[in-house]
Amino acid sequence: MSNEQPDNLGTKPLTSHLHPAYKLNDSVNFWRLASFFIAGIVLIPIIVVIFSIFTPADDVWHHLVETTLLSLLLNTFWLCLGVVLGAIIIGTSLAWLTAIYDFPGRKFFSWALLLPMAIPAYVTAFVVLGLFDYTGPIQTHFRSWFGADFNWIPDFYGRSGAILVMMLAFYPYIYLLARNAFITQGKRLIEAAQSLGLSRKQGFFKVALPMARPWIVGGAMLTLMETLADFGTVSVFNYDTFTTAIYKAWFSLFSLSAASQLASLLIVLVFIIIIVEQQLRARMRFAESKSSRTRYRIPLLGWKRLAACTYASLILFVAFILPCSQLLIWAIDEINKNIDLRYIEFLIHSLTLSTIATLIIGSIAILLVYATRLYSDNATHIAVRIATLGYALPGAVLAVGIFVSLTWIDTQLNQIILMLFDIETGFLIQGTIAAMLAAYLVRFLAVGHYPIDSAMQRVTRSIDEAARGFGLTGWSLLSRIHLPILSSGVFTAATLVFVDVMKEMPITLMTRPFGWDTLAVRIFTLTSEGAWTQAALPAIALVLAGLIPIILLMRQTEQ
Amino acid sequence: MTSLPSTKQVLQILLLCLSLGFISNSLHAQEVVVYSARIEQLIKPMFDAFTAETGIKVKFTTDKEGALLARLQAEGKRTPADVLITSDAGNLWEAARAGLLKSISSPILEANIPVQLRDPQGQWYGLSVRARTLVYNKEKVDPSELSTYEDLADPKWKGRLCLRSSKKVYNQSLVAMMIAEHGEAKTEQIVKGWVANLATEPLSDDTKAMEYVAAGRCDVTLVNSYYYGRLIETNPNLPLVIYWPNQENGGVHINISGAGVTQHSKHETAAVKLLEFLSSEKAQNLFADINFEFPANPQIKPSPVVMSWGNFKKSSMNMIKAGELQAAAVKLMDRAGYR
Repeated sequence: MSNEQPDNLGTKPLTSHLHPAYKLNDSVNFWRLASFFIAGIVLIPIIVVIFSIFTPADDVWHHLVETTLLSLLLNTFWLCLGVVLGAIIIGTSLAWLTAIYDFPGRKFFSWALLLPMAIPAYVTAFVVLGLFDYTGPIQTHFRSWFGADFNWIPDFYGRSGAILVMMLAFYPYIYLLARNAFITQGKRLIEAAQSLGLSRKQGFFKVALPMARPWIVGGAMLTLMETLADFGTVSVFNYDTFTTAIYKAWFSLFSLSAASQLASLLIVLVFIIIIVEQQLRARMRFAESKSSRTRYRIPLLGWKRLAACTYASLILFVAFILPCSQLLIWAIDEINKNIDLRYIEFLIHSLTLSTIATLIIGSIAILLVYATRLYSDNATHIAVRIATLGYALPGAVLAVGIFVSLTWIDTQLNQIILMLFDIETGFLIQGTIAAMLAAYLVRFLAVGHYPIDSAMQRVTRSIDEAARGFGLTGWSLLSRIHLPILSSGVFTAATLVFVDVMKEMPITLMTRPFGWDTLAVRIFTLTSEGAWTQAALPAIALVLAGLIPIILLMRQTEQ
Repeated sequence: MTSLPSTKQVLQILLLCLSLGFISNSLHAQEVVVYSARIEQLIKPMFDAFTAETGIKVKFTTDKEGALLARLQAEGKRTPADVLITSDAGNLWEAARAGLLKSISSPILEANIPVQLRDPQGQWYGLSVRARTLVYNKEKVDPSELSTYEDLADPKWKGRLCLRSSKKVYNQSLVAMMIAEHGEAKTEQIVKGWVANLATEPLSDDTKAMEYVAAGRCDVTLVNSYYYGRLIETNPNLPLVIYWPNQENGGVHINISGAGVTQHSKHETAAVKLLEFLSSEKAQNLFADINFEFPANPQIKPSPVVMSWGNFKKSSMNMIKAGELQAAAVKLMDRAGYR
């Protein structure tokens, strides 16, 4: 890590915000304006949510402050701390193992460990709870062996269960990003550390880990936002968090404005965390002089082989094989009763939406990352960060924000058409696939942004300077120099976005065209009436569809 | 050589266009758009029967109640929705309060649906009835021990009660109705008594609560009767028995799944027709068979399985109370520590 020159900010003309590595060039302004424009669009629904602070909802606030607010905040704090720390430990350790070492099954584990991502967390929660709680097969068997009074397995409800399941469901975010970091760091880094007399362990903690910080932090931010916004999983464990209070204010106390106000606090909190982290990181550089890929891995020997293998198997077993087997058992039970041709339709809808959304979100994330590369001023950075806040909001609250914005735009459009052509049109945008895609962009831009942003930090500025010497600027600099180096980050982003879009529920439910159901919608419909065994069928289909990008990704990074 | 069309031909073409326009317009009218919080499996058969009988198509989308209400609010006058269907009374009350529903008067609906199960202004009508009642483990409870919801607060049930989370609207409606009957202070005492008697943390759904009772973790729980029907259908050997409480006073707490016509409906006639159909014998039989619910229309009998659970006295309080007192109920449960 080396210190970077602080950037000049202040009253100079716009072009002075350009990073010193780039010569003045007005056409480059395009990137900056484009990033402002996108941030603006993505911000509209978030502003709709924040605007709720002008609608009084004192009643709900009083009630919360007097009763549950303090315990909700504490609950949320412990949940976030537990899940993020747990996911960092699991994700980073597995990434280090599969990126640097060789052990039996490494190739299999390197992609299989991503699979837990493909099951919606609340489905994993329900299934795991069902297996381990009082009525589950494990406790039931123990009771039949040791008598009805056997009770030394604690009830799985509450904090411990929620933390355990969520960290197993979300660690793939960190695993995928950290693995990317370790692979692109190359073995040379460890060799350098060893030549300085550091042990392998010291090499990991003193060199590799700090060098992977943008990736790990990126994954941790995604995990944190996902945890804060989660409603389904905590509901299964009946663990009350800030987000359950948001839903209670809305669904039970009928105050959408109080719900939105609470949600606004979440956005502010996440924004502060992002800014603080960015300030802490601002003066560091994570680039290597040359990009290199690990082709040779350190073989593990003796008991370490076995330990690595056991550890990876254990995580994979609890986070994926166990819930998936239960789903499979249910699905096989159901397949004769409830399979119909519509499942092909659901599958096609899910795949179509995920594919198009991935292309759009991926391209825009690249654009934003490139804009912050060219401009190091605060305004551009903040605009880009704001554009990624949608991920921290509870899905259903954001869905309303998006829906209100879309309907407003549609109404304005209608009025213009009525004025010009005297034709009364219905909604033109709302209820179309385009509206859904716009909504996904608002929700998942963060998921596309973090992996590509951290990959960009590995590209040294000197490459840009050299390219510039050859006359490459703007598009050609991006497409000929940056994109090839960024490709693993882009693939990572694409995989995460693809799977996340496919799992998404509240926004899909609210913005889908009539009769246009997806696998996720199917899962929601069935689980909302407690028909878990029937929901296993679409859940398994979702896992299989999620395999597609994961396999593509692995073929790309293993080469 | 081509000649210019005569005046007659022009008129004919115009007429043709007009009639085409009229046909497409009337085709358009042969459609009704529904926002439903009842899931597809529990409502589509009724829509199909309606289309078969009337030729009117039903276009529908499903979502949670809160989202559907927010959606209607955002769309305002331009909403495509004609009918809102929910699976509880509280949300219908809230939709009416927010001005999202329209008063309709229909002799058919008024004849088919009892006064207690509909809005006095005709903004919504109950279509099926759900009873929230007790289910106990027959190996651990003598039915003579059971009597009322209120009695579950008695210390004799300490460590023997399982409850679903207070976040589910069914429990909120139940407590709202108790507030209507006993007032807040007494209801809070009762709810505190329940919490003190819990054998384990509140559970995530009704089925899970019954499984806990069956496994012996607790002795008695409170569930909607159709969940009991579904569980017993798949596991007939569970030691679970249904019990109708409050037969000497008040009656069993009921809730409704119901519907209303939206304030800005574009196809009001068709929408009313749909509601009337849903209250008719044919649709009410479907409601009875599809989900072990009770038909709202008193002339229609429940399914044989449901009949086998015996006759019972239902609470006669108007459903409107469930909506009016829901917020108070939620706050009360928060104060009482019922999570």
